[in-house]
Amino acid sequence: MATTTPAARTSTAPAPIKAVPIRHYGQWASAAVVLLLAGGLLYSVAANDNIQWSVVGDYMFRPEIFHGIGITLALTVLSMVLGVIGGVLLAVMRLSGNPVLRAVSGGYLWIFRGTPVLVQIVIWFNLALVFPRLGVGSFSVDTNHVISPFGAALLALALNEAAYMAEIVRGGILSVDQGQTEAAHALGYSGAKTMRLIVLPQAMRVIVPPTGNEVVTMLKTTALVYAIGAADLFTEAYNFGSKNFTLFEMYLVASFWYLVMTTVLSTLQSRLEKKYAKGSHAVTTRTGGITRLFFLRNAQGGVA
Amino acid sequence: MSAVMVKAENVHKSFGHVEVLKGIDLEVKNGEVFCLLGPSGSGKSTFLRCINHLEQVSAGRLSVDGALIGYREVGDKLHEMKPKEIAAQRRDIGMVFQRFNLFPHLTALENVMQAPVKIRGVGKAEAREQALRLLDRVGLAERVDNYPGQLSGGQQQRVAIARALAMKPKLMLFDEPTSALDPELVGEVLDVMKDLAREGMTMIVVTHEIGFAREVADTVVFMDGGVVVEAGSPAEVIDAPQHDRTKSFLSKVL
Ligand SMILES: Nc1ncnc2c1ncn2[C@@H]1O[C@H](COP(=O)(O)OP(=O)(O)OP(=O)(O)O)[C@@H](O)[C@H]1O
Ligand SMILES: [Mg+2]
Repeated sequence: MATTTPAARTSTAPAPIKAVPIRHYGQWASAAVVLLLAGGLLYSVAANDNIQWSVVGDYMFRPEIFHGIGITLALTVLSMVLGVIGGVLLAVMRLSGNPVLRAVSGGYLWIFRGTPVLVQIVIWFNLALVFPRLGVGSFSVDTNHVISPFGAALLALALNEAAYMAEIVRGGILSVDQGQTEAAHALGYSGAKTMRLIVLPQAMRVIVPPTGNEVVTMLKTTALVYAIGAADLFTEAYNFGSKNFTLFEMYLVASFWYLVMTTVLSTLQSRLEKKYAKGSHAVTTRTGGITRLFFLRNAQGGVA
Repeated sequence: MSAVMVKAENVHKSFGHVEVLKGIDLEVKNGEVFCLLGPSGSGKSTFLRCINHLEQVSAGRLSVDGALIGYREVGDKLHEMKPKEIAAQRRDIGMVFQRFNLFPHLTALENVMQAPVKIRGVGKAEAREQALRLLDRVGLAERVDNYPGQLSGGQQQRVAIARALAMKPKLMLFDEPTSALDPELVGEVLDVMKDLAREGMTMIVVTHEIGFAREVADTVVFMDGGVVVEAGSPAEVIDAPQHDRTKSFLSKVL
């Protein structure tokens, strides 16, 4: 046999390349500026006599705050659940062959996406002004009994979210190959069963990641219900602060808890996104300078 | 069951102003293997899709096993069928697509089981047993728990055939079932189809596999420009074509 086959030549691996990496002077300079600015800002807040830091610490774990967190989470979860259900219905209506359903869905989206959530919240809460009693025929109830602050908040957030979820779900449905619907129809699936058993399960890949995003956004949006005193985290923090003349401190307390919750959710969200993005190309980041220094020491030079 | 499975009388189909089928007349007998040949764009897929109402016929009559497709005849008037009735008609007509169209979120076994369970209301245990039998028959007993993405094209197409058979159809439609396959995988799918033909299944097969048509078909039809140019036995149409259009097509594919 020949003595210089390609296999024979590569059988001993060459020594790894040891090259001098590119120097990123710009990154170092800008990092120094950022650190300086951030440090200054932090100092001016931390050493500020107008902020009673002991109060912030004391109030961080008050029962009112925890009650508010409970309401905020309940509003987030419930309005997302209702919003997703409503979104699926609206999306299916929008894509149906029935022009009446399409128009209803289109009108709904137009109204609920075209007006601020804050305005919608206040309108639902003040429904009693124009409809003192709700009901049909001889059965009716006092509007103010049905529409509590929490009820109005949930109604407004859920109905608004449904409009946004409808677009996400619609995108998901449209992402599923038309051949799937045809195969199901050819087997004798009805339209509804095709949607439920074949199309929606496949649309999930596209629907789930942005829905995770919506949850994080919703958590922050719930703070708007402070306008109708729905006892969420922000309302509780505000009420407590204004009673005790520690408003700014309470804003910091609320911010802290929002950050905790959004951080947890964002972490879950990015995991979910990775899980559902399987197959799509990975993001390649340029590593150099600071990244290399802090995160890739082992890989670069074996420095522990 | 009537002796004629599919009867097309002067079937027309237009998309907007474009007439794709310009009067198709043909009869597929019970137990017959019926091969449709023709150049691209001649309307073969469209005709096949009309048979299970994936496309709606614009004029003429098309019936399967004695029943009009998509319409009810009351007196001398035609009434459009409700989606539910159309779905019921499709249950008895199996279809196999060029691009397989397996459900990617379900395993091979689930692909074959789902329609009998969810559409026909067959018990899970029974449907599972039947699905395993069918997958064994198409030579995939070992791959029942694989997802479509884990199967080769030929394996996917065989699962798709099993999926259609699970509904116990009286008629099977194949639209270029081997055109999307690598050449070395074509044989395994054709073998399954030959088996099926031997067992007496009524089949309409759109194909460019002239060898398959010659060996298996009872009737071969050559279509061009939305009309049937020539029909007859393989010996007549493939080996001794009468029309120039058939001759020139065959000289290109043979
Ligand atoms: N949904 C549609 N809307 C408009 N035109 C269509 C539609 N489906 C098919 N056509 C047209 O009808 C003609 C026949 O198409 P068809 O798919 O039936 O041909 P075919 O014989 O199956 O060809 P091929 O061998 O390429 O599959 C083509 O010109 C095509 O462009
Ligand atoms: Mg075709």
